[in-house]
Amino acid sequence: MAELAASSAAAVPPSRLRRFLDSDLLWSFRRSPVTVVASIVATIIIVGALTAAWIAPQDPFDLASLSLLDASNPPAWLEGGSWAFPLGTDNQGRDVLSAILYGTRLSLVVGLSAVLLALLIGVALGLMAGWRGGFVDTLIMRIADVQLSFPAILIALLIDGVARGILPREVQSEIALYVLIAAIALSFWVQYARTVRGSTLVERNKEYIQAARVIGVHPVRIVLGHLLPNVIGPVLVIATINLALAILTEATLSFLGVGLPPTQPSLGTLIRVGNDYLLSGDWWISIFPGVVLALLILSVNLLGDWLRDALNPKLR
Amino acid sequence: MIAFVVQRVFQAVLVMLVVALIAFALFNFVGDPINSMVGQDTTIADRERLRQELGLNDGFVVQFARFVAHAAQGEFGLSYQQARPVGQIILEKMPATLELSFVAAALALLLGIPMGIYTGLHRRALSSQLLLSISLIGVSLPTFLIGILLILVFAVILNWLPSFGRGTVVHFGWWSSGLATLEGWRAIIMPAVTLALFQMTLIMRLVRAEMIEVLRTDYIKFARARGLTNRAINFGHALKNTLVPVITITGLQLGSIIAFAIITETVFQWPGMGLMFIQAVTFVDIPVMAAYLVLVGFFFVVINLVVDLLYYVVDPRLRIEREQVAGG
Amino acid sequence: MRGRNEPLLRVEHLRIEFPTRRGVLTAVDDIGFTIAPGEVLGVVGESGAGKSLTGAAIIGLLEPPLRLAGGEIWLAGRRIDKLPYEAMRRIRGKEIGAIFQDPLTSLNPLYTVGRQLVETIRTHLDLNAAQARERALSLLREVGIAGAERRLDHYPHQFSGGMRQRVVIALALAANPRLIIADEPTTALDVSIQAQIIALLKRLCHEHGTAIMLVTHDMGVIAEMADRVAVMYSGRIVEIGPVRAVIEHPHHPYTVGLMGSIPRIGGPRDRLRQVDGAMPRLGEIPPGCPFHPRCPEAFDRCPRERPDLLAAGVTEAACWLYDTVERSARQTVPG
Repeated sequence: MAELAASSAAAVPPSRLRRFLDSDLLWSFRRSPVTVVASIVATIIIVGALTAAWIAPQDPFDLASLSLLDASNPPAWLEGGSWAFPLGTDNQGRDVLSAILYGTRLSLVVGLSAVLLALLIGVALGLMAGWRGGFVDTLIMRIADVQLSFPAILIALLIDGVARGILPREVQSEIALYVLIAAIALSFWVQYARTVRGSTLVERNKEYIQAARVIGVHPVRIVLGHLLPNVIGPVLVIATINLALAILTEATLSFLGVGLPPTQPSLGTLIRVGNDYLLSGDWWISIFPGVVLALLILSVNLLGDWLRDALNPKLR
Repeated sequence: MIAFVVQRVFQAVLVMLVVALIAFALFNFVGDPINSMVGQDTTIADRERLRQELGLNDGFVVQFARFVAHAAQGEFGLSYQQARPVGQIILEKMPATLELSFVAAALALLLGIPMGIYTGLHRRALSSQLLLSISLIGVSLPTFLIGILLILVFAVILNWLPSFGRGTVVHFGWWSSGLATLEGWRAIIMPAVTLALFQMTLIMRLVRAEMIEVLRTDYIKFARARGLTNRAINFGHALKNTLVPVITITGLQLGSIIAFAIITETVFQWPGMGLMFIQAVTFVDIPVMAAYLVLVGFFFVVINLVVDLLYYVVDPRLRIEREQVAGG
Repeated sequence: MRGRNEPLLRVEHLRIEFPTRRGVLTAVDDIGFTIAPGEVLGVVGESGAGKSLTGAAIIGLLEPPLRLAGGEIWLAGRRIDKLPYEAMRRIRGKEIGAIFQDPLTSLNPLYTVGRQLVETIRTHLDLNAAQARERALSLLREVGIAGAERRLDHYPHQFSGGMRQRVVIALALAANPRLIIADEPTTALDVSIQAQIIALLKRLCHEHGTAIMLVTHDMGVIAEMADRVAVMYSGRIVEIGPVRAVIEHPHHPYTVGLMGSIPRIGGPRDRLRQVDGAMPRLGEIPPGCPFHPRCPEAFDRCPRERPDLLAAGVTEAACWLYDTVERSARQTVPG
């Protein structure tokens, strides 16, 4: 009687790869040429940075390999340049291309670490605030509120400045990297904490959590095993978007002189160092790192935008 | 209504105290004020005496109270680096930063809001897509990079605008203004644009997103169903509902212009409070850092307060209590 | 087809589609009906059956990517489905009004009720500010809002849910339209308020001679208000006829199932009948009659051909059981 219309459903459920290739996510990705280009650019830059040690024509930190004779060469296609130093050299004879490759690696490392650290702190505090409620919640949220009234860059500057004041001078250069990561992370954690707290407050009252409590599952297990997977989603999207901001913040701090030192330069530091020579005409020392930085942030931003739109149920 | 204002003011004061506490902690625990003030050969006895005189041996609360009292009067002690009163330094630098921030804020608002409205109303137009793409660049480029590029093009290559400084400055009492002369305006354009660009694109995207959200609501649908003209719908209903939340967020954003000025002032060697702060951080000049912190904290708290009150004034749902009338 | 009894609204072969990446989906597939002046036509069906979309299409508010892919809509002898935007705008509010489900979100929270009323009135009627305010006042009184003079200057959030829906009704009636599309006007309200709003709508439309297309999934509201009712399923009308006839003697198997699943007070205490299965999703509508997989009376013709509306007693049902040829072949006449 109930003759089902013949549909083309296969007898075997499609594999996970097939489902991914067919998914809305990939479809919207392919549909948007901008996103495809952005991901290609980002990939090139990232791969370049990761393989810096192998593909860089020169190790710009090996002082022995530098020669002042090569100083201040313009890029290869201009008069006075040579293809041994494709993008020119700085005032000490360092190859700009190599410096960019190593610098990008540092910028990425700081950016990623800062976001991960902020994620860790923010999610942990957000879970605590949402789960415990009461005084813990109020305390954490008050701190968050106060911090939110100030822009992140100021907070990062402050932390960095304080670290400088507290730590002895000799150690500063070496641990500048960690101080920087900590400073940026501490200025970002708030939005993760807030989002997670909000979701936790909602999930906490749902039946599956209450069931687990009744059974007697240890609270830590409930929070980490059951609650966390359900609240982590939107936070990951924020994190992706924040990556660009983290890289930008690091570059800014380095440019201002309170980030990575010239002995361990990130793209921001390179730009700062090169800035001094801008007015005298050696523009390539700061412009090329600047271009790479801009492309990196732009492509990460585009990818983050696409991801957010693709995962947003409201826009579907 | 009164309760609302009181509560907000109370919160503001609380935040200020926390900021003051942090600034004070900076003073006390980062470095030793005595060591930064005296030379190498001062004897230990002398240092002890100085410590006693300056009240550095008093209890924490006493010192904090003293700090707050002084801060309220603008007294922050002497700069480690320049050996003159911090208050004086700040007064010198403040006009530069405030003028720059003001011009940048005006730019950001006057360009950002209309562009946001336009791209929100004409979502699929080519011009909108173009503006959006450019805005993405504005959000992605670091402020300092924009500044450097502008300097490269307009100062180095074209030689139209000066690459640093405020140009000719005119004094009105303790205020020094660069806006009174043509040179001053030529000097302020690039820094102001650099400072404004990030905020402007942010505002534009915000207004656009909000506008699109509003245009999807039920009351807009109902307004259309009532046959209201496009003009009435877009500029009467949609615009007002878009701007209400935007006004408040924008206010907060503009507050952060003061902080972003740090970067711009560094790039353009603009003699303002931001540049002063960076130099203080590099030299670990604690009094200046603390003073800047308290001052900026004060600005932010005031701006937040004003924004909160503004929201209250503009949204009738907060102002007027709901009337419970029986018989649905 | 002009005549003495020209219907106020005539819809013929209406088709609404929207393109997706899996192809074009048809949300409303070739429906047709009429509404006489002053008549209340109920349109009932499950969520997703296409009732709201039909209403949206009639008032010209289909949002892209949805589009009107075929058919004709005639209002008082004038074709309106292909009108340019400005012409349609003038019809909206003046000739055809609409009421939506949620009174909370239907009103702009930042403007007073009076301002929203006056604005609507002055858009369509040539009145000055004072006259418009007078009319707004009388509208508020008509919908039963006490202290109307004072309430004109109140904001929407100062009204309770039921009161807000009355304001919405006032707004819809402001320019005296001849037809109102009411999309689930009582669903978001408390049960006690529902009855009041239904009574209000009935009275007003009777007094003003306004026709109503009442879209809802609630048969109780239909029974209270409608003169005729159309039952929709999977984007088609499966049965249409006078309301008592359809409720008491349903013909289409879907309608039969629908009526059987409604509990009645005072009736025999039986198990509620249910119709097994669910309405098919848009991309998976079966060929022939869309209801045939769930139909207890389906036979071999059902999956092959889609039935038109056929006469069945005083109603019409889109079911092959009522095809005269079939009937004589079967010699059993249900219902």
